[in-house]
Amino acid sequence: MKAGAGPHGLLAEFSAPAALVQAARAARGAGYRRMEAYAPLPVEGLIEALESADERLPLLALIGGIVGGVGAFAVQWLSVTAYYPINVGGRTPAWPGLVPSSFEMTILGAVLAVFLGVLLRSGLPRLYHPVFNDDGFAAASNDRFFLCIEAADPRYDALQTRQFLEQLQPLHVREVDS
Amino acid sequence: MNSTAPPPVLPGALPAMHGGPLHGAAPAAAILRGAQSFGSITDKISGIVLAPRTPRWWLVAFAACSALTLVFFGAIGYLFTEGVGIWGLNVPVVWAFDITNYVWWIAIAMSGTFISAVLHLTRQPWGASISRFAEAMTVFALAIAGMFPIIHLGRPWFFYWLAPYPNVMGLWPQWRSPLVWDFFAILAYLVLSLIFWYLGLMPDFATLRDRARRRGAQIVYGLLALGWRGEARHWQRRQSAQMLLAGLAVPLVVSVHSVVGLDFATGNTPGWHSTIFPPFFVAGAMFSGFAMAMTIVILLRRAFDLGEFITDRHLDNLAKLILAMGLVLAYSYIVEIFMAWYSADPYEIYVTLNRMRGPYAPVYWSLILCVVVVPQALWSRRVRHSPRILFGISIIINIGMWLERFMLIVTSQHRDFLPSAWGMFYPTVWDWAILIGSIGFFGWLLLLFVRFMPLISMSEMRELLLHQQGGA
Repeated sequence: MKAGAGPHGLLAEFSAPAALVQAARAARGAGYRRMEAYAPLPVEGLIEALESADERLPLLALIGGIVGGVGAFAVQWLSVTAYYPINVGGRTPAWPGLVPSSFEMTILGAVLAVFLGVLLRSGLPRLYHPVFNDDGFAAASNDRFFLCIEAADPRYDALQTRQFLEQLQPLHVREVDS
Repeated sequence: MNSTAPPPVLPGALPAMHGGPLHGAAPAAAILRGAQSFGSITDKISGIVLAPRTPRWWLVAFAACSALTLVFFGAIGYLFTEGVGIWGLNVPVVWAFDITNYVWWIAIAMSGTFISAVLHLTRQPWGASISRFAEAMTVFALAIAGMFPIIHLGRPWFFYWLAPYPNVMGLWPQWRSPLVWDFFAILAYLVLSLIFWYLGLMPDFATLRDRARRRGAQIVYGLLALGWRGEARHWQRRQSAQMLLAGLAVPLVVSVHSVVGLDFATGNTPGWHSTIFPPFFVAGAMFSGFAMAMTIVILLRRAFDLGEFITDRHLDNLAKLILAMGLVLAYSYIVEIFMAWYSADPYEIYVTLNRMRGPYAPVYWSLILCVVVVPQALWSRRVRHSPRILFGISIIINIGMWLERFMLIVTSQHRDFLPSAWGMFYPTVWDWAILIGSIGFFGWLLLLFVRFMPLISMSEMRELLLHQQGGA
C-alpha cells in the first residue's frame, strides 16, 4: 500500500475480549479519544468503555415509520377523495379500509430508515480502510481483538503511545500505514 | 496472518457456570457441543463455504433441483403464452392450485423471520444456530409465494397496476381490496426479511473475505461485506438495528398472514366468510413454517455434520413449537365446525358437511390425519429425540398443510349457493408441473445458499461461546 502523510495509528492485538475492554478503558483513562476497537463479535461493555454508543437508530425508526405510514395513508386518501372518487349510493369515502396498507408501509418505512441509518451512520459501504493495511488484521474477523489509537489523536506520540499500549500486555503492537 | 501466539482454546464442554444476559435459565451446555474456540467455529462454518471441492451429494441434488427449476419456468413460460386455460380451474372453481401454492409457500415463509425475531427478542440462545437458514428459507419461500398471485392473473404483465403510480390512464388501485393489501404486505415483508438476513450476514461475509484464498471469492465477499471491519461502534449499531427489526418483524408477520386470511374472509363464499380466518391462518402458517424449518434443519445437520451447533435440544424445542401450533390449529378446526352449526346458515352447514362427506372427503380426512393426528406423536420424548421420525413427521405436516389449503380453497367454491352452478376441479399436468417445479426451485435456491453463504452465523456462535464460558 502507498504510504500516506504519516501512520494511521498504532494497533494493539489481544487474544480475548476482556483484555480489549480493559485496554479500551485504560486508553480512555489515559486521555486518548481518537481510537477504535475491532472485534469478531459484539463485545459487552466495549462501547461503554469507548463512550461512543449511538442511540439514534430508534429515533430514525420512528421517523421512518411516520413518513411511511402518513405517506401511504395520504396517497390513498387523496386517491379516494380527490383523484378517483367512487360515489356508490352517496357513501362518503371510508378510512378503515385504508389502514392495512398504511400499516404495512409504516413498517417498511421504519425498516428502511433503520437499514440506511446503520449503513450511513457507520460510513459503510467503505471498501478501503487504513487498518486493512495491517497484515494481521484479517484475524479481526476470526479470533483476535484489536485496539487502534489513531495518529490524529492530540495525545498521540509514536513512542509514548507505543509504550502505553505495550504495558497493556497485548500480543503485538504494530504501526499501521495510512 | 503473522501472529505466532497459540489460538485461545476455550474449554467448550464445561457446563455454563454463569447465566449471562443471553442465557436466561437455559442450560447452555446443550446448545454448543464439543471443545470449541473462536477459531474452530470460524474454521468449521467458513470451511463449508470455502472448501475447494464441492461434495458429490450437493452436485447430484443441484442437478435434480435444476431440472425441476427448468420445469417450473418452462411451465410458467407456457402459461404466459397460452393463458390460465392450461390449468384445470374453471368456473365455479376459479382459485385452485395457484392460490393453494401461494398460501402454502407464504405460510412456509412466515416462520423463518418470525423464529429468529422472536428468539432474538426473548434472548433465547438456542435460536442462534438456526436463525440464519430460517431467514434464508423465509426469503426464498416468500419470493416463490410472491410469484403465484402474479402468474395467476389473466394478464400477468400488468401486475404492476397494483402499485399506485402516476399513470396516463388516471387509474388507482382498489385500496379496500385485500388483494391490494397483500401487495403491500408481501413487499414490506420481503424487504424486512432481506434486510434482517443481510445485517446478520455482513460480519460473516467479512470473515469469508478475510479467509478466502481465491481472488474472485475475495472480491465477491469483499463487496458483500461492504467493508465491514468489526468496529465496536458498528457492532453496537448493528445490534440496535437487529433489535428494532426484530420488534418490527413480529407484528408484520402477524399482519401479513392475517391479510392472506382476509383474502378469503372478505368474500361471502360459504366456508370462507369467517372472522376466525386471520388468526387461524397465522397459526397454520407458523405450524407449516416450523415444520419446514425442521425438515431443513435435519437435512443440513446431516449433510454438513453440524451436530456441534445444532444439537438435539434444537430439534426438541422445534418439535414442541410444532406441537403447540398444531394444537392451536386443531382448535381452530373445531371452532370452524362449531360455528358452522351455530350460525344455522344452511350454506355454511352444507359446506362443512360436504368437506367431510363430499367428493373431496379423502382430501379432508387425509389432512386431518396429517395435521391433527400425526403431530400428536410429538408428545413422546423419544420421538422428539429421533431425527428420522421428526423428519418424517415434518414432511407429513407440510403435505397436510398443502392439502388443508387445497381443501379450504376448492371445496368452498365447488358447491356454493346454487346447485345449478356446482362443479368439480381436477388438476392438469401443468398444475402439477408448477407445484413440483416450485419445490425444486426452492431447493435450488437453498442449495446455492448453503454452498456460497455461511449457513450458521459465525459471529453469533462466537457470542454464544463467550457466554457459555461465563461472560467476557
